[in-house]
Amino acid sequence: MSVKEPPSAPTALQEFVTNLKAAPRRIAETAVRSGTPDTDRTRSTFIFGNVFLHLHAVRTHRWTLRWAATLGLGIASVAAFLLTLITGVLLMFYYKPYTDVAYQSIKDIHFVVPTGRLIRNIHRWAANVMVVTVILHMARAFYTAAYRKPREFNWLIGMGLLVVTLGLSFTGYLLPWDQLAYWAITIGANIAQSPREVTDALGLTDVFDPGGLQKLLLLGSDAVGAEALIRFYLLHVMILPLALAALLSVHFWRVRKDGGLAKPADVDQRLGTPTVPTYPVFTMAPNKTYQLAAIVRGRTPAVGRGPENTVPSMPHLFYAELGVFMLTVLVCVALSVWSDAPLKELANPLVPENPAKAPWYFLGLQELVAFSAFAGGIVVPSIVLIGLGLIPYLDRSDVGTGLWCGGPGGWPLVRRSIAVGLGIALAVEAFIIRFGWLREWIPGIPQLVITVVNPGTVITLLYGAWSVWMVRRFSSARAGALALFTCFLCGFVVLTIIGTYFRGPNWGFYWSPADWPKH
Amino acid sequence: MTHEPNAIPSRLDPERVPRRDLLGLTALWTAAGTLFFSVVGMMRIPKAAVLSSPSKKFRVALPDTLAPGVAYVPPGRSVALFKDEKGVHAISTICTHLGCIVRPETAGFECPCHGSRYDAAGVVTKGPAPKSLPWLKVVNAGGQFTVDEGATVPPGTKVSA
Ligand code: HEM
Ligand code: FES
Repeated sequence: MSVKEPPSAPTALQEFVTNLKAAPRRIAETAVRSGTPDTDRTRSTFIFGNVFLHLHAVRTHRWTLRWAATLGLGIASVAAFLLTLITGVLLMFYYKPYTDVAYQSIKDIHFVVPTGRLIRNIHRWAANVMVVTVILHMARAFYTAAYRKPREFNWLIGMGLLVVTLGLSFTGYLLPWDQLAYWAITIGANIAQSPREVTDALGLTDVFDPGGLQKLLLLGSDAVGAEALIRFYLLHVMILPLALAALLSVHFWRVRKDGGLAKPADVDQRLGTPTVPTYPVFTMAPNKTYQLAAIVRGRTPAVGRGPENTVPSMPHLFYAELGVFMLTVLVCVALSVWSDAPLKELANPLVPENPAKAPWYFLGLQELVAFSAFAGGIVVPSIVLIGLGLIPYLDRSDVGTGLWCGGPGGWPLVRRSIAVGLGIALAVEAFIIRFGWLREWIPGIPQLVITVVNPGTVITLLYGAWSVWMVRRFSSARAGALALFTCFLCGFVVLTIIGTYFRGPNWGFYWSPADWPKH
Repeated sequence: MTHEPNAIPSRLDPERVPRRDLLGLTALWTAAGTLFFSVVGMMRIPKAAVLSSPSKKFRVALPDTLAPGVAYVPPGRSVALFKDEKGVHAISTICTHLGCIVRPETAGFECPCHGSRYDAAGVVTKGPAPKSLPWLKVVNAGGQFTVDEGATVPPGTKVSA
């Protein structure tokens, strides 16, 4: 072998120039090491070579990509969260969490800071959108029975996410320090204190006062003031967002480790052969032989379809996610252009806002609280949360996993539960609006009786009875869960609508704000 | 699975934590202990030892023209003062339900938040309020009165004017 004489070795300077010219290309190459994701293999490395993307699996099941599988609600929640995160950090440039300047700083953001009003509106609207999508996402997971083995724990993580989302919203509500904020948080803090309703009635408050402790921890004082504002601010911009981010990472990680989204057992038959053209897969397939090792290296003879009815996540899943993401952004921005975030007068601890209303998603609770603070604000929500958390541990079957309203009873049961849920909530509300409640009939009735027997506990009990009946009728825990979840969702909707649109001054019932008494 | 003392440990049947791993166990338990006590210690922080609220005692002069049964609410305070022939008394105007400020009405109080109503002595007559409005301690300070929002007295206690 003859060795060719190199023409003439480049000088150090030439080499330097060549390297300098190549630097941009090399930076790009070293950042994305796998190159353009255009073959099956580079699409895979594109994902697992990237710390952010590799929360996704490299390939995605076709079932998961049908829009009816998820409705995109999880991604929409993430999108809304990222929007609040970005706009929230921007708001922090000008917001000051001190009682003497907080209100003014929000006014400045709203009226003086360039694009401040839009940023603030987007923050507020995205927060609202997030609450909606998170609740709907939970309903999706429930109705498709996606909480079942092995996803039980991820359902619990999801409940943590729901609580943190509501917490973010509640703490953010105080920050503008206007009348709306001040009185909503005063009411909220006193709900935290409401176990006193029971300890007082039993004469225990002096020795055992969990309610007082909760309020003290929340407000750092005995009334909403400077301490409370700092605490809420800290929770809102630091502790809760970090908690949310931590829970989200676990949530996503487990989705992947649990084998992607829940699918019915017979998913391949249901899907049939692909009708839509998919991106060519396994293009490097050899014509004749394949072995186990070849699969690992990405070779099988199947064209257009992988061995498990999957398609590459890049681009199929990513473009779908991006689509949902952009749609959420569009909705939030459109809402923000259309309607401004509210700002009332400066907080005045001497004159309550009348009516004093919490954010809309707490108005259902406020409707219950208007009878017993403890039952409506603590007992019923706790029952709901504990009940939700137990669902995956009580429903151990696997019939209908991955299918809407899957399991015994199915859609007819859900349909009937909607009727029952709406009916009970509306009937109880109509009754109390027309006839009042215990204290109006029996003045001097002991508080403990009202704490036990009030619209909140009555509705919960009736829902529970309906659900137990369904468990027995279908001898299936899933049927009971379908009944109960549907009922509570309906109750939530009814109470929220009444609290939002039909309650006026003194929490009286009015068909429309036009009928509110002038004062 | 029983552990044979002389068996050679395999990868599937690893040896038990031996006594000579005292060091490892100590590290583990000190870590757990430290975590526990530091968390307990940190929990003390959010529980304020001193409340930041302004003084609850204030001094007020009642208008001479104050008619019996009519409330006088000193500016900036959540207290209603009453004067009649038996003396002066003060009733808190903070609703016992969820802390809104009640309005003195003829012969009673009304809460705007969830419609609780109280009679002239502060006893609940309607709505979700679990308790009566507390009567507050009043001291006659020679023509003026000192009210202590932090101290309650049994209902019916009046101070001669
Ligand atoms: C899911 C997350 C979040 C929700 C649901 C949420 C909710 C809210 C709400 C309801 C308000 C009152 C806004 C208003 O009256 O305009 C608010 C204000 C605020 N938020 Fe957030 N927020 C979230 C995340 C964040 C994050 C991550 C930050 C910062 C890192 C942040 C910073 C702020 C600031 C500085 C304000 C005060 C400005 C204002 O009231 O307009 N937020 N938030
Ligand atoms: S706070 Fe007075 S009735 Fe609720």
